[in-house]
Amino acid sequence: MTTPLPEAEQLLTRLAEQLRPVITPATALVGIHSGGVWIMQRLLKLLDVPLAHGTLDVSFYRDDFNQRGLKPTTRPSQIPFEVEARHIILIDDVFYTGRTIRAALNELFDYGRPANISLAVLVNRGGRELPIAPQFSACELPLPADKNLQLLQHEDGRFYLRLDDQA
Amino acid sequence: MHNPQLNKDGKLKHLLSIEGLPRAILNQILDTAESFTGVSEREVKKVPLLRGKTVCNIFFENSTRTRTTFEIAAKRLSADVLNLNVSTSSQSKGETILDTVDNLTAMHADMFVVRHSQSGAAHLIARHVAPHVHVVNAGDGRHAHPTQGLLDMFTIRRYKPDMHNLRVAIIGDVLHSRVARSEIHALTTLGVPEVRVIAPKTLLPQDVEKLGVQVYHDMRAGLKDVDVVMMLRLQNERMSGSLLPSAQEYFKCFGLTQEKLALAKPDAIVMHPGPMNRGVEIDSAVADGMQSVILPQVTYGIAVRMAVMSILAGSNDA
Repeated sequence: MTTPLPEAEQLLTRLAEQLRPVITPATALVGIHSGGVWIMQRLLKLLDVPLAHGTLDVSFYRDDFNQRGLKPTTRPSQIPFEVEARHIILIDDVFYTGRTIRAALNELFDYGRPANISLAVLVNRGGRELPIAPQFSACELPLPADKNLQLLQHEDGRFYLRLDDQA
Repeated sequence: MHNPQLNKDGKLKHLLSIEGLPRAILNQILDTAESFTGVSEREVKKVPLLRGKTVCNIFFENSTRTRTTFEIAAKRLSADVLNLNVSTSSQSKGETILDTVDNLTAMHADMFVVRHSQSGAAHLIARHVAPHVHVVNAGDGRHAHPTQGLLDMFTIRRYKPDMHNLRVAIIGDVLHSRVARSEIHALTTLGVPEVRVIAPKTLLPQDVEKLGVQVYHDMRAGLKDVDVVMMLRLQNERMSGSLLPSAQEYFKCFGLTQEKLALAKPDAIVMHPGPMNRGVEIDSAVADGMQSVILPQVTYGIAVRMAVMSILAGSNDA
Protein backbone atom coordinates (compact mmCIF):
# COMPACT_ATOMS: atom_id res chain seq x y z
CA MET A 1 0.00 0.00 0.00
CA THR A 2 1.27 3.42 -0.89
CA THR A 3 -1.20 5.46 1.17
CA PRO A 4 -1.09 4.88 4.93
CA LEU A 5 -4.17 3.47 6.67
CA PRO A 6 -6.43 5.98 8.39
CA GLU A 7 -6.17 6.43 12.15
CA ALA A 8 -8.95 4.33 13.67
CA GLU A 9 -9.24 6.62 16.72
CA GLN A 10 -9.89 9.63 14.46
CA LEU A 11 -12.46 7.63 12.52
CA LEU A 12 -14.22 6.78 15.75
CA THR A 13 -14.50 10.46 16.72
CA ARG A 14 -15.77 11.30 13.24
CA LEU A 15 -18.39 8.54 13.41
CA ALA A 16 -19.59 9.78 16.80
CA GLU A 17 -20.03 13.29 15.35
CA GLN A 18 -21.99 11.88 12.40
CA LEU A 19 -24.32 10.01 14.74
CA ARG A 20 -24.82 12.72 17.35
CA PRO A 21 -27.50 14.68 15.42
CA VAL A 22 -29.64 11.59 14.74
CA ILE A 23 -29.67 10.22 18.29
CA THR A 24 -33.05 10.45 20.04
CA PRO A 25 -34.41 8.79 23.18
CA ALA A 26 -35.90 6.09 20.92
CA THR A 27 -32.48 5.21 19.50
CA ALA A 28 -30.76 1.95 20.39
CA LEU A 29 -27.22 0.99 19.41
CA VAL A 30 -26.49 -2.61 18.43
CA GLY A 31 -22.90 -3.70 17.93
CA ILE A 32 -21.96 -6.74 15.84
CA HIS A 33 -19.31 -8.98 17.39
CA SER A 34 -16.54 -8.37 17.82
CA GLY A 35 -15.33 -5.08 16.28
CA GLY A 36 -18.79 -3.56 16.21
CA VAL A 37 -19.23 -4.18 19.93
CA TRP A 38 -15.92 -2.46 20.73
CA ILE A 39 -16.98 0.54 18.66
CA MET A 40 -20.41 0.65 20.24
CA GLN A 41 -18.92 0.70 23.72
CA ARG A 42 -16.66 3.60 22.78
CA LEU A 43 -19.52 5.44 21.06
CA LEU A 44 -21.64 5.19 24.19
CA LYS A 45 -18.88 7.01 26.07
CA LEU A 46 -18.26 9.59 23.35
CA LEU A 47 -21.94 10.37 22.85
CA ASP A 48 -22.41 10.54 26.61
CA VAL A 49 -26.18 10.05 26.59
CA PRO A 50 -27.90 7.05 28.17
CA LEU A 51 -28.91 4.84 25.25
CA ALA A 52 -30.42 1.37 25.03
CA HIS A 53 -27.84 -0.95 23.52
CA GLY A 54 -27.18 -4.57 22.72
CA THR A 55 -24.86 -6.95 20.91
CA LEU A 56 -25.30 -9.47 18.12
CA ASP A 57 -23.25 -12.51 17.20
CA VAL A 58 -24.66 -13.38 13.80
CA SER A 59 -23.10 -16.88 13.63
CA PHE A 60 -26.50 -18.59 13.66
CA TYR A 61 -27.70 -16.50 10.70
CA ARG A 62 -24.71 -16.60 8.38
CA ASP A 63 -25.29 -17.68 4.78
CA ASP A 64 -22.04 -19.66 4.61
CA PHE A 65 -22.89 -22.13 7.40
CA ASN A 66 -23.15 -25.01 4.93
CA GLN A 67 -19.68 -24.26 3.57
CA ARG A 68 -17.89 -23.28 6.75
CA GLY A 69 -19.90 -24.58 9.67
CA LEU A 70 -20.00 -22.78 12.98
CA LYS A 71 -17.12 -20.68 14.21
CA PRO A 72 -15.31 -22.38 17.10
CA THR A 73 -16.38 -19.54 19.37
CA THR A 74 -19.75 -17.85 19.38
CA ARG A 75 -21.02 -15.35 21.90
CA PRO A 76 -24.57 -14.93 23.08
CA SER A 77 -26.48 -12.15 21.36
CA GLN A 78 -27.88 -9.76 23.93
CA ILE A 79 -30.72 -7.42 23.09
CA PRO A 80 -31.92 -6.30 26.54
CA PHE A 81 -34.48 -3.78 25.26
CA GLU A 82 -37.78 -3.85 23.42
CA VAL A 83 -37.00 -3.91 19.69
CA GLU A 84 -40.57 -3.10 18.70
CA ALA A 85 -40.84 0.46 17.27
CA ARG A 86 -37.20 1.21 18.11
CA HIS A 87 -34.78 3.28 15.97
CA ILE A 88 -31.82 0.97 15.76
CA ILE A 89 -28.34 1.87 14.65
CA LEU A 90 -26.38 -1.25 13.76
CA ILE A 91 -22.65 -0.85 14.25
CA ASP A 92 -19.84 -2.77 12.60
CA ASP A 93 -16.16 -2.11 12.07
CA VAL A 94 -15.67 -2.73 8.34
CA PHE A 95 -18.41 -2.84 5.71
CA TYR A 96 -17.59 -5.20 2.85
CA THR A 97 -20.02 -7.59 1.11
CA GLY A 98 -23.07 -6.78 3.24
CA ARG A 99 -23.63 -10.43 4.14
CA THR A 100 -22.93 -9.94 7.83
CA ILE A 101 -25.44 -7.08 7.87
CA ARG A 102 -28.07 -9.22 6.15
CA ALA A 103 -27.56 -11.84 8.86
CA ALA A 104 -27.80 -9.16 11.57
CA LEU A 105 -31.03 -7.79 10.09
CA ASN A 106 -32.58 -11.24 10.05
CA GLU A 107 -31.56 -11.84 13.64
CA LEU A 108 -32.86 -8.44 14.83
CA PHE A 109 -36.27 -9.13 13.33
CA ASP A 110 -36.49 -12.30 15.42
CA TYR A 111 -36.55 -10.01 18.45
CA GLY A 112 -39.33 -7.79 17.12
CA ARG A 113 -40.25 -5.18 14.50
CA PRO A 114 -38.12 -2.05 14.77
CA ALA A 115 -39.31 1.33 13.41
CA ASN A 116 -36.15 1.62 11.34
CA ILE A 117 -32.58 0.39 11.18
CA SER A 118 -29.55 2.23 9.92
CA LEU A 119 -25.97 1.10 9.63
CA ALA A 120 -22.87 2.86 10.94
CA VAL A 121 -19.35 1.62 10.19
CA LEU A 122 -15.83 2.83 10.73
CA VAL A 123 -14.68 1.92 7.21
CA ASN A 124 -16.59 1.18 4.02
CA ARG A 125 -14.12 -0.84 1.95
CA GLY A 126 -16.44 -1.28 -1.05
CA GLY A 127 -17.30 -4.60 -2.64
CA ARG A 128 -20.88 -5.01 -1.56
CA GLU A 129 -22.76 -8.00 -2.94
CA LEU A 130 -26.22 -7.12 -1.64
CA PRO A 131 -28.46 -4.05 -1.84
CA ILE A 132 -27.26 -2.95 1.61
CA ALA A 133 -25.05 0.08 2.31
CA PRO A 134 -24.02 2.02 5.41
CA GLN A 135 -25.78 5.34 6.09
CA PHE A 136 -22.92 6.44 8.33
CA SER A 137 -19.34 5.66 7.52
CA ALA A 138 -16.30 7.47 8.86
CA CYS A 139 -14.18 6.61 5.84
CA GLU A 140 -14.42 5.22 2.31
CA LEU A 141 -11.42 3.01 1.53
CA PRO A 142 -11.87 0.87 -1.59
CA LEU A 143 -9.80 -2.30 -1.30
CA PRO A 144 -9.22 -5.23 -3.66
CA ALA A 145 -10.76 -8.58 -2.71
CA ASP A 146 -7.40 -10.15 -1.84
CA LYS A 147 -6.95 -7.76 1.08
CA ASN A 148 -8.24 -8.26 4.60
CA LEU A 149 -8.87 -5.13 6.70
CA GLN A 150 -9.22 -5.66 10.45
CA LEU A 151 -9.92 -3.46 13.43
CA LEU A 152 -7.67 -4.32 16.37
CA GLN A 153 -7.01 -2.95 19.84
CA HIS A 154 -3.74 -1.92 21.44
CA GLU A 155 -3.18 -3.08 24.99
CA ASP A 156 -4.41 0.27 26.30
CA GLY A 157 -7.66 -0.21 24.34
CA ARG A 158 -6.89 2.26 21.53
CA PHE A 159 -8.05 1.11 18.10
CA TYR A 160 -5.92 0.58 15.01
CA LEU A 161 -6.51 -0.85 11.57
CA ARG A 162 -4.44 -3.61 10.01
CA LEU A 163 -4.32 -4.60 6.36
CA ASP A 164 -3.23 -8.16 5.46
CA ASP A 165 -3.16 -10.26 2.35
CA GLN A 166 -6.10 -12.64 2.33
CA ALA A 167 -5.02 -16.08 3.50
CA MET B 1 -6.11 -44.10 16.93
CA HIS B 2 -8.85 -43.00 14.58
CA ASN B 3 -11.79 -41.53 16.45
CA PRO B 4 -15.00 -42.30 14.55
CA GLN B 5 -16.59 -39.17 15.99
CA LEU B 6 -14.17 -36.76 14.33
CA ASN B 7 -13.66 -35.92 10.65
CA LYS B 8 -10.25 -35.59 9.04
CA ASP B 9 -9.97 -31.98 10.21
CA GLY B 10 -10.62 -33.01 13.81
CA LYS B 11 -14.13 -31.54 13.81
CA LEU B 12 -17.01 -33.32 15.50
CA LYS B 13 -18.90 -35.34 12.88
CA HIS B 14 -20.92 -37.70 15.07
CA LEU B 15 -21.58 -37.52 18.79
CA LEU B 16 -21.46 -41.10 20.02
CA SER B 17 -19.73 -40.95 23.37
CA ILE B 18 -17.92 -38.41 25.52
CA GLU B 19 -15.13 -40.89 26.06
CA GLY B 20 -12.27 -39.99 23.76
CA LEU B 21 -13.37 -36.45 22.99
CA PRO B 22 -10.85 -33.72 23.72
CA ARG B 23 -11.62 -31.06 26.30
CA ALA B 24 -11.59 -28.40 23.56
CA ILE B 25 -14.56 -30.01 21.81
CA LEU B 26 -16.53 -30.35 25.03
CA ASN B 27 -15.88 -26.69 25.76
CA GLN B 28 -16.85 -25.71 22.23
CA ILE B 29 -20.20 -27.47 22.68
CA LEU B 30 -20.80 -25.87 26.10
CA ASP B 31 -19.81 -22.39 24.87
CA THR B 32 -22.02 -22.68 21.80
CA ALA B 33 -24.89 -23.85 24.01
CA GLU B 34 -24.40 -20.68 26.04
CA SER B 35 -25.18 -18.68 22.87
CA PHE B 36 -28.28 -20.79 22.22
CA THR B 37 -29.82 -20.25 25.66
CA GLY B 38 -30.83 -16.72 24.61
CA VAL B 39 -32.67 -17.98 21.53
CA SER B 40 -35.22 -19.81 23.67
CA GLU B 41 -36.05 -16.59 25.52
CA ARG B 42 -36.81 -14.50 22.44
CA GLU B 43 -40.01 -13.61 20.68
CA VAL B 44 -39.03 -15.90 17.78
CA LYS B 45 -37.42 -18.99 19.30
CA LYS B 46 -35.75 -20.10 16.10
CA VAL B 47 -32.54 -19.64 14.18
CA PRO B 48 -32.20 -20.65 10.53
CA LEU B 49 -29.05 -22.81 10.82
CA LEU B 50 -30.57 -26.16 9.86
CA ARG B 51 -33.17 -24.82 7.44
CA GLY B 52 -33.81 -27.41 4.76
CA LYS B 53 -32.21 -30.21 6.79
CA THR B 54 -34.10 -33.24 8.02
CA VAL B 55 -33.42 -34.66 11.45
CA CYS B 56 -34.74 -38.16 12.22
CA ASN B 57 -35.26 -39.14 15.82
CA ILE B 58 -35.13 -42.92 15.74
CA PHE B 59 -36.06 -44.30 19.12
CA PHE B 60 -35.75 -48.07 19.35
CA GLU B 61 -36.45 -47.62 23.06
CA ASN B 62 -38.98 -45.20 24.50
CA SER B 63 -37.98 -41.93 26.07
CA THR B 64 -40.46 -39.10 25.99
CA ARG B 65 -38.25 -36.45 27.55
CA THR B 66 -35.10 -37.05 25.54
CA ARG B 67 -37.02 -37.33 22.29
CA THR B 68 -39.02 -34.21 23.03
CA THR B 69 -35.98 -32.08 23.84
CA PHE B 70 -34.18 -33.29 20.71
CA GLU B 71 -37.31 -32.48 18.74
CA ILE B 72 -37.60 -28.97 20.19
CA ALA B 73 -33.88 -28.39 19.66
CA ALA B 74 -34.05 -29.45 16.00
CA LYS B 75 -37.13 -27.32 15.41
CA ARG B 76 -35.52 -24.28 17.01
CA LEU B 77 -32.70 -24.77 14.51
CA SER B 78 -35.38 -24.74 11.74
CA ALA B 79 -34.83 -28.37 10.75
CA ASP B 80 -37.66 -30.65 9.67
CA VAL B 81 -38.09 -33.37 12.24
CA LEU B 82 -39.29 -36.94 11.88
CA ASN B 83 -39.98 -38.97 15.00
CA LEU B 84 -39.90 -42.73 14.70
CA ASN B 85 -40.70 -45.07 17.51
CA VAL B 86 -39.27 -48.11 15.83
CA SER B 87 -39.94 -50.46 18.70
CA THR B 88 -43.55 -50.26 17.69
CA SER B 89 -43.22 -50.38 13.91
CA SER B 90 -40.77 -51.93 11.44
CA GLN B 91 -38.55 -53.73 13.95
CA SER B 92 -41.53 -55.73 15.03
CA LYS B 93 -41.94 -56.65 11.36
CA GLY B 94 -38.35 -57.89 11.24
CA GLU B 95 -36.51 -55.00 9.58
CA THR B 96 -32.91 -54.57 10.76
CA ILE B 97 -31.60 -51.30 12.21
CA LEU B 98 -29.49 -50.65 9.13
CA ASP B 99 -32.45 -51.26 6.79
CA THR B 100 -34.39 -48.68 8.75
CA VAL B 101 -31.51 -46.23 8.45
CA ASP B 102 -31.09 -46.91 4.72
CA ASN B 103 -34.74 -46.24 4.11
CA LEU B 104 -34.62 -42.96 5.96
CA THR B 105 -31.43 -41.95 4.15
CA ALA B 106 -33.25 -42.65 0.89
CA MET B 107 -35.75 -40.04 2.10
CA HIS B 108 -32.79 -37.61 2.39
CA ALA B 109 -32.41 -37.53 6.14
CA ASP B 110 -29.35 -35.47 7.16
CA MET B 111 -29.05 -36.43 10.80
CA PHE B 112 -30.06 -39.37 12.96
CA VAL B 113 -30.70 -39.09 16.67
CA VAL B 114 -30.63 -42.66 17.90
CA ARG B 115 -31.79 -44.29 21.12
CA HIS B 116 -31.34 -48.03 21.44
CA SER B 117 -31.28 -50.58 24.24
CA GLN B 118 -28.15 -52.20 22.79
CA SER B 119 -24.77 -50.66 23.53
CA GLY B 120 -23.00 -49.70 20.31
CA ALA B 121 -26.12 -49.17 18.19
CA ALA B 122 -25.25 -45.56 17.40
CA HIS B 123 -21.68 -46.53 16.50
CA LEU B 124 -23.01 -49.17 14.13
CA ILE B 125 -25.20 -46.62 12.39
CA ALA B 126 -22.42 -44.02 12.25
CA ARG B 127 -20.13 -46.52 10.51
CA HIS B 128 -22.85 -47.30 8.02
CA VAL B 129 -24.24 -43.91 6.96
CA ALA B 130 -23.25 -41.81 3.94
CA PRO B 131 -20.47 -39.24 4.52
CA HIS B 132 -22.81 -36.24 4.74
CA VAL B 133 -25.06 -37.84 7.36
CA HIS B 134 -24.49 -37.19 11.08
CA VAL B 135 -25.39 -39.40 14.03
CA VAL B 136 -26.15 -38.38 17.61
CA ASN B 137 -26.29 -41.05 20.26
CA ALA B 138 -29.32 -40.38 22.44
CA GLY B 139 -28.52 -43.32 24.70
CA ASP B 140 -27.29 -46.81 23.86
CA GLY B 141 -27.72 -49.63 26.36
CA ARG B 142 -25.43 -49.24 29.34
CA HIS B 143 -22.80 -47.52 27.25
CA ALA B 144 -23.30 -43.79 26.81
CA HIS B 145 -25.72 -40.88 26.79
CA PRO B 146 -23.43 -38.06 25.74
CA THR B 147 -25.94 -35.22 25.41
CA GLN B 148 -27.17 -35.94 28.95
CA GLY B 149 -23.56 -35.83 30.16
CA LEU B 150 -23.03 -32.54 28.34
CA LEU B 151 -26.19 -30.88 29.61
CA ASP B 152 -25.17 -31.92 33.12
CA MET B 153 -21.79 -30.26 32.58
CA PHE B 154 -23.52 -27.17 31.24
CA THR B 155 -25.74 -27.05 34.34
CA ILE B 156 -22.78 -27.49 36.68
CA ARG B 157 -20.83 -24.78 34.88
CA ARG B 158 -23.77 -22.39 35.17
CA TYR B 159 -23.95 -22.79 38.94
CA LYS B 160 -20.30 -23.61 39.71
CA PRO B 161 -18.19 -21.93 37.04
CA ASP B 162 -14.84 -23.05 38.42
CA MET B 163 -14.83 -26.69 37.34
CA HIS B 164 -11.22 -27.12 38.47
CA ASN B 165 -12.20 -26.69 42.07
CA LEU B 166 -15.16 -29.01 42.52
CA ARG B 167 -16.07 -32.14 44.40
CA VAL B 168 -18.84 -34.06 42.65
CA ALA B 169 -20.72 -37.15 43.84
CA ILE B 170 -22.66 -39.47 41.53
CA ILE B 171 -25.11 -41.60 43.46
CA GLY B 172 -27.05 -44.70 42.59
CA ASP B 173 -27.13 -47.43 40.00
CA VAL B 174 -23.81 -46.76 38.26
CA LEU B 175 -23.65 -50.33 36.98
CA HIS B 176 -26.57 -50.04 34.58
CA SER B 177 -26.27 -46.33 33.90
CA ARG B 178 -25.12 -44.90 30.59
CA VAL B 179 -25.72 -41.48 32.13
CA ALA B 180 -23.19 -42.17 34.89
CA ARG B 181 -20.57 -43.27 32.37
CA SER B 182 -21.03 -40.15 30.26
CA GLU B 183 -20.98 -37.92 33.33
CA ILE B 184 -17.78 -39.48 34.66
CA HIS B 185 -15.98 -39.08 31.32
CA ALA B 186 -17.19 -35.51 30.95
CA LEU B 187 -16.22 -34.51 34.51
CA THR B 188 -12.74 -35.97 34.27
CA THR B 189 -12.16 -34.56 30.77
CA LEU B 190 -13.17 -31.10 31.95
CA GLY B 191 -10.70 -31.30 34.80
CA VAL B 192 -12.98 -31.75 37.83
CA PRO B 193 -10.45 -32.88 40.45
CA GLU B 194 -12.64 -35.10 42.61
CA VAL B 195 -15.40 -37.34 41.30
CA ARG B 196 -17.02 -39.75 43.75
CA VAL B 197 -19.45 -42.54 43.11
CA ILE B 198 -21.71 -43.66 45.94
CA ALA B 199 -23.55 -46.95 45.52
CA PRO B 200 -24.03 -50.42 46.97
CA LYS B 201 -21.43 -52.91 45.73
CA THR B 202 -24.07 -54.69 43.66
CA LEU B 203 -24.72 -51.55 41.60
CA LEU B 204 -21.12 -50.68 40.75
CA PRO B 205 -19.22 -52.00 37.74
CA GLN B 206 -16.00 -53.88 38.39
CA ASP B 207 -12.90 -51.70 38.22
CA VAL B 208 -14.97 -48.52 38.40
CA GLU B 209 -11.93 -46.85 40.02
CA LYS B 210 -10.15 -47.09 36.68
CA LEU B 211 -12.49 -44.38 35.38
CA GLY B 212 -10.81 -41.99 37.79
CA VAL B 213 -13.41 -41.94 40.54
CA GLN B 214 -13.37 -42.53 44.30
CA VAL B 215 -15.75 -45.20 45.51
CA TYR B 216 -18.00 -44.85 48.56
CA HIS B 217 -20.59 -47.28 49.83
CA ASP B 218 -21.88 -44.95 52.52
CA MET B 219 -23.89 -41.82 51.69
CA ARG B 220 -22.83 -39.99 54.82
CA ALA B 221 -19.15 -40.34 54.05
CA GLY B 222 -19.54 -39.79 50.32
CA LEU B 223 -21.65 -36.65 50.52
CA LYS B 224 -19.33 -34.88 52.93
CA ASP B 225 -18.37 -31.46 51.54
CA VAL B 226 -19.40 -32.10 47.95
CA ASP B 227 -20.39 -29.19 45.67
CA VAL B 228 -22.55 -31.16 43.26
CA VAL B 229 -24.84 -34.13 43.95
CA MET B 230 -25.78 -36.06 40.82
CA MET B 231 -28.51 -38.61 41.42
CA LEU B 232 -29.13 -41.52 39.07
CA ARG B 233 -32.45 -43.11 38.29
CA LEU B 234 -32.98 -46.51 39.84
CA GLN B 235 -34.56 -48.57 37.10
CA ASN B 236 -37.62 -50.30 38.46
CA GLU B 237 -36.68 -53.57 36.83
CA ARG B 238 -33.53 -53.73 39.00
CA MET B 239 -35.66 -53.94 42.08
CA SER B 240 -37.17 -57.29 41.18
CA GLY B 241 -33.80 -59.01 40.76
CA SER B 242 -31.33 -60.06 43.39
CA LEU B 243 -29.36 -56.79 43.32
CA LEU B 244 -31.47 -54.97 45.87
CA PRO B 245 -33.60 -56.06 48.80
CA SER B 246 -36.42 -53.51 48.27
CA ALA B 247 -37.16 -49.94 47.24
CA GLN B 248 -37.75 -48.98 50.86
CA GLU B 249 -34.43 -50.44 51.92
CA TYR B 250 -32.68 -48.68 49.05
CA PHE B 251 -34.21 -45.33 49.99
CA LYS B 252 -33.08 -45.77 53.57
CA CYS B 253 -29.46 -46.30 52.55
CA PHE B 254 -29.04 -44.40 49.27
CA GLY B 255 -32.08 -42.15 48.90
CA LEU B 256 -31.26 -38.45 49.02
CA THR B 257 -33.01 -36.72 51.91
CA GLN B 258 -32.60 -33.20 53.30
CA GLU B 259 -30.84 -34.69 56.27
CA LYS B 260 -28.20 -36.43 54.12
CA LEU B 261 -27.91 -33.46 51.79
CA ALA B 262 -26.99 -31.32 54.80
CA LEU B 263 -23.64 -33.14 54.83
CA ALA B 264 -22.73 -31.63 51.47
CA LYS B 265 -21.62 -28.02 51.17
CA PRO B 266 -24.43 -25.59 52.08
CA ASP B 267 -24.56 -24.29 48.49
CA ALA B 268 -24.37 -27.73 46.85
CA ILE B 269 -26.66 -28.30 43.88
CA VAL B 270 -28.77 -31.42 43.34
CA MET B 271 -29.20 -32.91 39.87
CA HIS B 272 -31.19 -35.79 38.42
CA PRO B 273 -31.43 -36.87 34.77
CA GLY B 274 -35.11 -37.82 35.10
CA PRO B 275 -37.52 -39.42 35.22
CA MET B 276 -37.34 -39.42 39.02
CA ASN B 277 -38.55 -42.13 41.35
CA ARG B 278 -39.67 -39.98 44.23
CA GLY B 279 -39.22 -41.80 47.49
CA VAL B 280 -36.82 -44.33 45.97
CA GLU B 281 -33.62 -42.50 45.03
CA ILE B 282 -34.71 -38.99 45.98
CA ASP B 283 -37.08 -37.50 48.53
CA SER B 284 -39.68 -35.07 47.18
CA ALA B 285 -38.55 -32.38 49.61
CA VAL B 286 -35.10 -32.47 47.99
CA ALA B 287 -36.33 -32.82 44.42
CA ASP B 288 -38.50 -29.72 44.83
CA GLY B 289 -36.16 -27.98 47.25
CA MET B 290 -34.01 -24.87 47.02
CA GLN B 291 -30.88 -26.76 46.02
CA SER B 292 -32.51 -28.70 43.20
CA VAL B 293 -31.54 -27.71 39.64
CA ILE B 294 -33.44 -30.58 38.05
CA LEU B 295 -35.77 -28.41 35.96
CA PRO B 296 -33.00 -26.07 34.77
CA GLN B 297 -31.26 -29.25 33.55
CA VAL B 298 -34.21 -29.88 31.25
CA THR B 299 -34.16 -26.31 29.94
CA TYR B 300 -30.41 -26.38 29.33
CA GLY B 301 -30.81 -29.72 27.57
CA ILE B 302 -32.43 -27.92 24.66
CA ALA B 303 -29.60 -25.41 24.23
CA VAL B 304 -26.98 -28.15 24.53
CA ARG B 305 -28.71 -30.32 21.92
CA MET B 306 -29.01 -27.30 19.63
CA ALA B 307 -25.28 -26.77 20.01
CA VAL B 308 -24.47 -30.41 19.27
CA MET B 309 -26.69 -30.59 16.19
CA SER B 310 -25.43 -27.32 14.73
CA ILE B 311 -21.79 -28.22 15.30
CA LEU B 312 -22.31 -31.61 13.63
CA ALA B 313 -24.26 -30.17 10.70
CA GLY B 314 -21.48 -27.65 10.12
CA SER B 315 -18.72 -30.24 9.96
CA ASN B 316 -19.25 -31.60 6.48
CA ASP B 317 -16.02 -32.23 4.61
CA ALA B 318 -15.55 -29.54 2.00
